[in-house]
Amino acid sequence: MSEPKIDGFELKPGFKGMASDTASDQTMFKGVHWGKAMMWIFLLSDTFVFSCFLISYMKGRGSTPVEWPNPSEVFALEAFGVPVPLLLIALMTFVLITSSGTMAIAVKYGYEKNRKMCGWLLLATALGGLTFVGMQAYEWSKLIHEGVRPWENPFGAAQFGSFFFMITGFHGFHVSIGVIFLFIYTYKVFAGHYEKGKKGWFTKLKGDYVEIEILGLYWHFVDLVWVFIFAFFYLW
Amino acid sequence: MSEEYDNNKSYQAQSSEVMDGSTGSVNPDIDYVRPSEVGEQELYHPHSFIEKWVFCQDAKVIGVQYFLTAVFTGVVGLILSWLMRLQLGFPELAGFMTAEHYYQFVTMHGMIMVVYFLTALFLGGFGNYLIPLMVGARDMVFPYVNMLSFWMFFVAVAVLMASFFVPGGPTGAGWTLYPPQTILEGTPGAGMGILLMLISLSLFVIGFTMGGLNYMITILQARTRGMTLMRMPLTVWGIFTATVLAMLAFPALLVSAIMMTLDKVLQTSFFMPTILKAGEVLEYGGGSPILFQHLFWFFGHPEVYIVALPAFGIVSDLISVHARKNIFGYRMMVWAIVGIGALSFFVWAHHMYVSGMNPWFGFFFATTTLIIAVPTAMKVYNWILTLWRGNIRINVVMLWCLGFIVTFVNGGITGIFLGNVSVDVPLSDTYFVIAHFHMVMGIAPLMVIMGAVYHWFPLVAGKMLDEGLGKWHFWITFLGAYSIYFPMHYLGFIGVPRRYFEMYDSPYMTSAVGMNEFISIAAFIVGAAQFILIFNIIKTLKTGKKAEQNPWKANSLEWYTSTVPPEHGNFGERLPVVHRWPYDFSVPGAKEDYIPQTTAPSEVIHTEVEKT
Repeated sequence: MSEPKIDGFELKPGFKGMASDTASDQTMFKGVHWGKAMMWIFLLSDTFVFSCFLISYMKGRGSTPVEWPNPSEVFALEAFGVPVPLLLIALMTFVLITSSGTMAIAVKYGYEKNRKMCGWLLLATALGGLTFVGMQAYEWSKLIHEGVRPWENPFGAAQFGSFFFMITGFHGFHVSIGVIFLFIYTYKVFAGHYEKGKKGWFTKLKGDYVEIEILGLYWHFVDLVWVFIFAFFYLW
Repeated sequence: MSEEYDNNKSYQAQSSEVMDGSTGSVNPDIDYVRPSEVGEQELYHPHSFIEKWVFCQDAKVIGVQYFLTAVFTGVVGLILSWLMRLQLGFPELAGFMTAEHYYQFVTMHGMIMVVYFLTALFLGGFGNYLIPLMVGARDMVFPYVNMLSFWMFFVAVAVLMASFFVPGGPTGAGWTLYPPQTILEGTPGAGMGILLMLISLSLFVIGFTMGGLNYMITILQARTRGMTLMRMPLTVWGIFTATVLAMLAFPALLVSAIMMTLDKVLQTSFFMPTILKAGEVLEYGGGSPILFQHLFWFFGHPEVYIVALPAFGIVSDLISVHARKNIFGYRMMVWAIVGIGALSFFVWAHHMYVSGMNPWFGFFFATTTLIIAVPTAMKVYNWILTLWRGNIRINVVMLWCLGFIVTFVNGGITGIFLGNVSVDVPLSDTYFVIAHFHMVMGIAPLMVIMGAVYHWFPLVAGKMLDEGLGKWHFWITFLGAYSIYFPMHYLGFIGVPRRYFEMYDSPYMTSAVGMNEFISIAAFIVGAAQFILIFNIIKTLKTGKKAEQNPWKANSLEWYTSTVPPEHGNFGERLPVVHRWPYDFSVPGAKEDYIPQTTAPSEVIHTEVEKT
């Protein structure tokens, strides 16, 4: 995206620019689409949700009287007869971060009005997200098979299962919502809704390729949260 | 009025743009306002009765919907408080009430009043109605999401009310819902009641998030030409800061609600320690009840300011308009609102001095708590200095404002007592606490709501509320509220604990009984007096005097709409252009004692207007 041009207003760099934007009329974030600003603020709020989850997890892990299970043993996957710690998680992380890459390129093609490429890359992103959710379902079923439950588990502190299912579940819910919207927007892009100026199903208002970028913001956020969950849950 | 305004001022500004298209250079035309950055907002106009009045996307209708739903829950909360007072004052008349009922009423009264009444009323009600009008927008920026926000709130209220009708009744754990007792057998409503409460709270948070995003983006990104942040009415500043607080504080409530739901439904032990019950060890173990308290109060304390900040903002505007004087220290008022908002995230553990946490931790929070008194006191001084030598109209609105200042100072001072660890420990969980927070975040914001209703009713309904009935309403409420809460301070000093169903043969009996009866009678009267307002509204809608446009001679944009009440799109053909702050009252040299925000500088060139 190029620098926005604002009629009658000089955009300055750095803190001075921030101050003069803030002191100006009409908008605080110059040239920023309403929806994009909204998504940023929503993500800030959502950051607090995940922070609360992760801080609760740290507190729970720190204060439980029973020993915490060793994550590199619990999350190991047998490959060619050898247990490899965190193999599945590494794959999941790789897939999700790759999908963030395809999303970023989709946004670029969207702004270039390259409908086909944008659509294909959105589809790739959606499939990446779907793969992630699928692998997570596999991981859950494997752990449940081994006797891990939200209220107890054979490896140690009961809170391990509680926090694991709650936090990965809440994150997986975010990914699933994202996947659903990715499919919807794949359809909208391929069907050319933005070129035709077709009105939204619910809002009855016209859309724009900026919606792809907004969806991208959400998707990158979900990715970033996963990095934190990965670090705090699997590596600690 | 509106036509003159539309045709003259905005066209003038338009023509000046043509004369001077260059950017950044010094412009000789003092009326110049740079052109619009954002194009016209695309609005979806309703096509049917349902789209117009039920699933409506117009922020004004949504605001009224929020208002009415919140008032409904408020009336339920009021009735619950009557039942509590009946038990406390006249237990012999309350034979139908068991201790379980009493706890349920206490809990539901607290939760309803704090979350579903005050929060929804200020942010959902006043926020939706006033923000777009005051910043000069056609509507909220995401009208569809705004509509969903209300209906999510509606469902949350329905779920909450449903808990009265499930087996076991609503939860009786106290509004703070402290585990472990909240979800253990023996607490009233530990089955379905608490579950519905947690679901309802989660829905409320989701619904509020949708509304809150709207309020924030509308204020940040959809102001009209010339409307800088420092030209916004303080009402908008108060609601904006409260919304920011809510967006950052409600996550903690959502997370604690989710975790407690899992503790309840799946027998996880997030908050549940090892528990011995009747000689038997329960399935729970290893969790931390204090963690819940931290999460809850990380939400709970900002929540106090979510209620208080909009009240601060609104009352500033009301005082300024009805004292015909600019608000004293506008910028300080803004920074005080923002400062109080920021500080409110660092004081939560002052609700937990007796929870068993490290005492040093308590002293840190005592310090931050007392620091909050500084910006708060600044605001009180500024309100008083606004009144000082003002041309005060003693009408109903002003009465409510004066009532607010007195009540707020009163509640604030007791807060300084409770903020100190060593004073709080003997006073915690007594009626002193009840008296403190009802004064500061119950009665005081309520007075502002009442003032705001009398002030903006002519805008919403186009008719003037009856002043005589309003004065009765005010005086009964004001004197009555003091009759209720003043004696409670004393009850707290002699050690009467809160949330007790009955005092039995405790040593307080002799001195507390008469006082409890007195408080109860006052509570019945004050509660009944609120129906004067409802009667007044109905009477006014039927036979009231038609309001002229801008009956209070105010400056802010909501009074300069194309029609009264404003229609969808708010401002007719052209959006207003703003040249000044909304507080240019009694300006020396001006023809009238008020200069609307839309008046161009060239029209008031010989007056001593503030530079804003």
